Amino acid sequence: MHDHDHDHGDNSLDPMTARVKALETILTEKGLVDPAALDAIIESVQTKIGPRNGAKVVARAWSDPDFAARLAEDATSAVAELGYSGRQGEHLQAVFNTQDTHNLVVCTLCSCYPWTVLGLPPVWYKSPPYRARAVRDPRGVLAEFGVTLPESTQIRVWDSTAELRYLVVPERPEGTEGLDEAALAELVTRDAMIGCGLAKVPA
Amino acid sequence: MNGPHDLGGRAGFGPIAPEPDEPLFHAAWEPRALAVTLASGALGHWTLDESRHARESLPPAGYLSWSYYQIWISALENLLIRHGEVTREELSLGHVLQPGQRPQNRLTADKVPGVMAKGGPVDRPATAPVRFAKGDRVSTRNLQPDTHTRLPAYAREKTGVIAAVRGVHVFPDTNAHGQGEQPQWLYTVAFDGQTLWGADAAPGLTVSIDAWEPYLEPA
Repeated sequence: MHDHDHDHGDNSLDPMTARVKALETILTEKGLVDPAALDAIIESVQTKIGPRNGAKVVARAWSDPDFAARLAEDATSAVAELGYSGRQGEHLQAVFNTQDTHNLVVCTLCSCYPWTVLGLPPVWYKSPPYRARAVRDPRGVLAEFGVTLPESTQIRVWDSTAELRYLVVPERPEGTEGLDEAALAELVTRDAMIGCGLAKVPA
Repeated sequence: MNGPHDLGGRAGFGPIAPEPDEPLFHAAWEPRALAVTLASGALGHWTLDESRHARESLPPAGYLSWSYYQIWISALENLLIRHGEVTREELSLGHVLQPGQRPQNRLTADKVPGVMAKGGPVDRPATAPVRFAKGDRVSTRNLQPDTHTRLPAYAREKTGVIAAVRGVHVFPDTNAHGQGEQPQWLYTVAFDGQTLWGADAAPGLTVSIDAWEPYLEPA
């Protein structure tokens, strides 16, 4: 898959490893990149963001109707109440599944995704099959995730073509009345917050 | 541009194939590729829109077959060359032949938490009255520039309804090409499935895009 026929300076490495290493070395030697900053960026995406953030938002919305109302009105501010803000979450919109309507989020043109609440997108979200089919064949897509919705359910697909990022708030499963927010958050999967899944039913 | 990135509705790419317990990265070079891309962006030579355009301008066969971070690195190399920070020869040799342009803008480790937490909001004050209101019927224009646009091909020349007015946002079509932010009103426009895909569309399907005012005209 490598499209270069030249030497990147270290033949013992696989092509992409060598290519990225060469670029990082050149930029570091030029004083354009600080390797410690790269470490800090990697640590940030590994520890500060991820679907556990979104799960806490959803659990709060299920538990607190006032919060749910604020989340529907201005998700950027509501999510910031829980301490989540920043890159690829500057403008957030929460969309709520109901008995009649199921929401699904895609970025057909690239890979737009709400980093602050879901972290970095999975490979399939960024890849051609999902980007091609989510807008046209959402029921077929959902079936591949093991989700079959009633024929009567309206399907609402949000193509993230601008800097607005969408978070799906799945329906709260039945039989969860006694659960606290921490237990509810355990039921909220990443896929459910993209719209490719449903919240888990407690065992 | 009518590039390989504009994938909505295209056929033949096969199943989604979600990976159980997918790791955050699939090789050690991937997090370095992500980080070097973000750190290079901090030099301030290009906008997020220009970087998207650099990715969609890659050779179509490569765009459709390379891994995601391979696309990022390929585009990053092109951006760094375009803005005079590295040369093709330096990338081939793997060492430095000339100094960098903007070492004064280097992102240092202590600045990373602030930069990641702040992000880059793109909402701007309005400079023109809003043209459409929620519920208005609008049609998308037949825009097919060779340059960057965020109007997907499947939603061109289609009639839909304004589902939300989103405020005024930076306009990627100009911001990707050094022509400034030229902020425009942004709307969520909802289309009926059959409008987009014909009689075979999934029943009960509505698809929305976020569209800047210059993409739209009254229906």
